[in-house]
Amino acid sequence: MGHNFTDMDATELPDSLAEIRDDFLGLEVKERLQLLLEFSNELPELPERYRDHPDLFERVEECQSPIFIVVEVDGEGSVHLFATAPPEAPTTRGFASILVQGIEGLSASQVLELADDYPSMLGLTAAVSPLRIRGMTAMLARIKRQVRERTA
Amino acid sequence: MAVAADPSPRFAAFAHPERLVSTDWLQQHLGEPGLVVVESDEDVLLYETGHIPTAVKVDWHTDLNDPVVRDYISGEQFAALASSKGISRDSTVVVYGDKNNWWAAYALWVFTLFGHTDVRLLDGGRDAWIAEGRAVTTDETEVAPASYPVVDRDDAAIRAFKDDVLDHFGSPLIDVRSPEEFSGERTTAPAYPEEGALRAGHIPTAQNVPWARAAAADGRFREVEELNEIYRQGAGLADGDAIIAYCRIGERSSHTWFVLTHLLGFEGVRNYDGSWTEWGSAVRVPITTGAEPGEAPAR
Repeated sequence: MGHNFTDMDATELPDSLAEIRDDFLGLEVKERLQLLLEFSNELPELPERYRDHPDLFERVEECQSPIFIVVEVDGEGSVHLFATAPPEAPTTRGFASILVQGIEGLSASQVLELADDYPSMLGLTAAVSPLRIRGMTAMLARIKRQVRERTA
Repeated sequence: MAVAADPSPRFAAFAHPERLVSTDWLQQHLGEPGLVVVESDEDVLLYETGHIPTAVKVDWHTDLNDPVVRDYISGEQFAALASSKGISRDSTVVVYGDKNNWWAAYALWVFTLFGHTDVRLLDGGRDAWIAEGRAVTTDETEVAPASYPVVDRDDAAIRAFKDDVLDHFGSPLIDVRSPEEFSGERTTAPAYPEEGALRAGHIPTAQNVPWARAAAADGRFREVEELNEIYRQGAGLADGDAIIAYCRIGERSSHTWFVLTHLLGFEGVRNYDGSWTEWGSAVRVPITTGAEPGEAPAR
């Protein structure tokens, strides 16, 4: 019986994003901040081809700190997300890093089907405030728009 | 047990020089009994990436705001927060933070609502400390919990509500938001998230003095002559004025409240924390658009 209730979302999340969500929810609220910091520290450097090319990036205006994203859809239809944000903005970096890791290699349609409110499933609302979570929701919306543009 | 004030000549010309400490002073006094260093940032994780040794963290959103009602925490909640951070009623609290002490000034203002006597800002904030190559640590600060008394919050002296603003026309209002928000081109600071005001513009008669003008390029407060130029000559403030400052949610205007109250010595300055997110959504309050302050509404 209990088994049927383990998936709380109406839509199925891809394994990568479901795992990240479960990792957060498995922690006490204070420890969730530490995990977000780990994500923040893991945000990958931009690949060579994107360094010195700020023109290729889109600014996420809804975030309080400067964060820039670019989405690639490769020949196999897999999505790759690249993001850059300054070290003085660890929360924003953490949000970006979650999405970079969670989205890497998903198909375009998987990304487009992601729940728009995925950011509020991570149990971070109390730890970082709803206002800040909103920046991550906007980031996801912009990612989806870029995927749509790249696959149109 | 208060820690001695910073005697830096740089602060001497300010009305209340004891409200500022320099990075040198803080370095020398770190660890002194009676001193509690508080970091308060816009970014909720910045403290965790490295903070001044011995500093504790107070987050403006998750610690100082009531989680349900749009208000500050109660006396009981403040007592619990302060105690858990090792702050006693007689502690010298030095607050510092990111972005020219924007959120640090907000925390200082909230501490003042509870009548905490000795609360100071680190001039230049987090950026100045780091730019000078001073020590930061990710070590968890060991706090000896203190016993802070329950003190009722006193909003009357330094906090204004919407009705106070409606009764205030004829006395100076300072709008510390960006010129774009002031004129009504937008309701949020450039590059900031939408916080839900339905109308754009400013409160009639308000002078627009963006908050960060009070800070020099290095993030430290400007000299008193420059501040007088901005606020007295520029915005027309004069001794004896009752002043209300506002912004979007009351954080940027806390910074200006600090400058007017503690650096320039104005008395009775109030911060309208409802600010534009309240005024810009309230029914039938007067609003002016464009770059000019506009006329006070007829009564």
